[in-house]
Amino acid sequence: MSQERQRPAVERELTMSRAVVEAIAEEMRDNEEVFYMGEDVADYGGIFDSTEGLLDEFGHDRVMDVPISETAYLGAAVGAAQEGMRPIAELMFVDFFGVAMDQIYNQMAKNTYMSGGAVNVPMVLTAAVGGTYNDAAQHSQTLYGTFAHMPGMKVVVPSTAYEAKGLMHNAIRDDDPVVYMFHKRLMGIGWMPAPQGPKTPVPEEDYTIPFGSADIKREGSDVTVVTLGLHVHRALDAAAELEDDGHDVEVIDLRSLVPLDTETIIESVEKTGSLVVVDEDYRSYGVTGEIVASVAEESLADLDAVERVAVPDVPIPYSRPMENEVIPDSKDIEDAVKALE
Amino acid sequence: MANISTRQLKSMYDDMVTARYYEERLQEEYMEGKQPAFDISAGPLPGELHLAAGHEASGAGVCEHLRDDDTVTAPHRPHHIAIAKGVDLKRMTAEIFGRETGLSRGKGGHMHLFDTDVNFACSGIIAEGCPPAAGAGLAAKKRNDDSVAVAYLGEGAIDQGAFLESLNFAAVRDLPVVFVIEDNDWAISMPKDRVTDVENGSQRASGFDMPGVRVNHDDAVAIHEAAGKAIGRARDRNGPTLIEVQVHRRMGHFMGDPETYRPEEDQEAATQRDSIERLAEDLRARGVDSATLDDIESEAHDRVDEAIEWAKDQPQPDPAQAHEDVFVNPPSGVTDSEPQYELKRGDD
Repeated sequence: MSQERQRPAVERELTMSRAVVEAIAEEMRDNEEVFYMGEDVADYGGIFDSTEGLLDEFGHDRVMDVPISETAYLGAAVGAAQEGMRPIAELMFVDFFGVAMDQIYNQMAKNTYMSGGAVNVPMVLTAAVGGTYNDAAQHSQTLYGTFAHMPGMKVVVPSTAYEAKGLMHNAIRDDDPVVYMFHKRLMGIGWMPAPQGPKTPVPEEDYTIPFGSADIKREGSDVTVVTLGLHVHRALDAAAELEDDGHDVEVIDLRSLVPLDTETIIESVEKTGSLVVVDEDYRSYGVTGEIVASVAEESLADLDAVERVAVPDVPIPYSRPMENEVIPDSKDIEDAVKALE
Repeated sequence: MANISTRQLKSMYDDMVTARYYEERLQEEYMEGKQPAFDISAGPLPGELHLAAGHEASGAGVCEHLRDDDTVTAPHRPHHIAIAKGVDLKRMTAEIFGRETGLSRGKGGHMHLFDTDVNFACSGIIAEGCPPAAGAGLAAKKRNDDSVAVAYLGEGAIDQGAFLESLNFAAVRDLPVVFVIEDNDWAISMPKDRVTDVENGSQRASGFDMPGVRVNHDDAVAIHEAAGKAIGRARDRNGPTLIEVQVHRRMGHFMGDPETYRPEEDQEAATQRDSIERLAEDLRARGVDSATLDDIESEAHDRVDEAIEWAKDQPQPDPAQAHEDVFVNPPSGVTDSEPQYELKRGDD
């Protein structure tokens, strides 16, 4: 959003995990009713550094290690939230969602609606997502489309430290359930090196980024590339390569799937006439189809060409050559842009 | 020790020294390309790796009783169980290296090993191997054969619904299932006293009216004895049993785990209580000489080295294979054509 580009100069850089933790810590200082629950989040600091350092400041009562009982502790977060507290509950890997699906989908996501708005569930469900390190089919999914499909949850996906902090502040303060999906590869974990992009300047003070505000990460006039999470960075890499071939690519970072900022996408497509949607989730019935359909409904006349780049409809394979085959890389994005011609 | 033959002890010893050396060699291979700064996605051996050094007695002591047609489900730390169950070592190793000739053609990896020849499978989601084991027991019961199923899980899994629901299901249906909790004291960073108020996981059995047994030391002979009763009971169609065995985690939760949460003395203790050395003493007490034990060990090492060398020599999968194996039947099912009927819809 253009107004955010006029923000005061900020130099201090953080990794995405430090930005996440900074936002959570600030909210915990401000509000005694904010607490964090998850597996290995206290003494370990989160397998993916999502809570690193919180235990030292807030202790075990507010940074709670839990039994491996996702149904119980995610459901307990729903219950505590309905009592007015502001729990943050972590799924160590989003792939573990199936263990606790009823609490997520039938309780957290629906109780507001089923109560006619009498009940609200001000909790954040954090979850590590994504592949690229050969962890195979049960530990590599993003499941963006799965969560975004079911009504009743706001779904946000930060791509940089700056986004991670502003979206987390908004998530904790929001009176509705927010699913906050952070990509492991972006966190800046020592043992899983991040690409260049996600470590960004981050303001010291707290700030909120509204959900439903996509960010144009790179302006361009020829092709609109819409994506999220890790693939924002892969799309930017592709755009830099394509520039040499004379393609001027615009890259839009969705930042949230629910709500979805169709306006920014459509404005861009009105300008470029070409749309590539890039997703690290499965191709069918997912994010790519949703974006293309939304643009087609609103602005079919502007749409000259469309490409989808996503995981084909197979579980994520273990072996490196096969994982590389199914998870889109920047070359796949370049090819998709070229295919529009 | 009256009920176990020296031949059986040697067989268990073989499985255990094979499993220990296997994990030591995998650790070496895994670290290649990942040093000095540990990068999980670098090097020729990809992905997460959960090694089971210190768990060997539980694999050997239980699986010594099992036949190929008995089913075993294992969790994310599966190698010692797979070895004791007789999973093809070469193809398992090729799978861990992500090669085309691996058990799953490179699609599964070390947490998702399937060997249908010996009815072995493992899964990376905590406690989720328990329901399929109950299902294998259900199939055996329905078919009136005398095979049994064994579900392995860690002590961190005993608070999970899939485990507790499976105990109840197996108990109420008298299924031929044995649940084996491997208690290595740590669920990643969580000591068990911080996540459950029962002292031992075996106490869970009492709520389901089934026998619950705990073996307090990682003593292969004691585990063998407890498992013998439980598996005999299952084979005789007298219902399920829950066994908990004390084991030790010698190599961290996963390779790269800094274990900063774990007291040094606990780490140290885990390396001192060695089930392999304990079993060697038992064998010597029966008059098996050190040369024989050395031979078993060196042959095991040769087999492991050979499997690893073989695996590393195997081809990488063709990337296009990623698109295969989603279904075994064509997407259309068992047919690609539909018969032509005239469906009469009553009076039009």
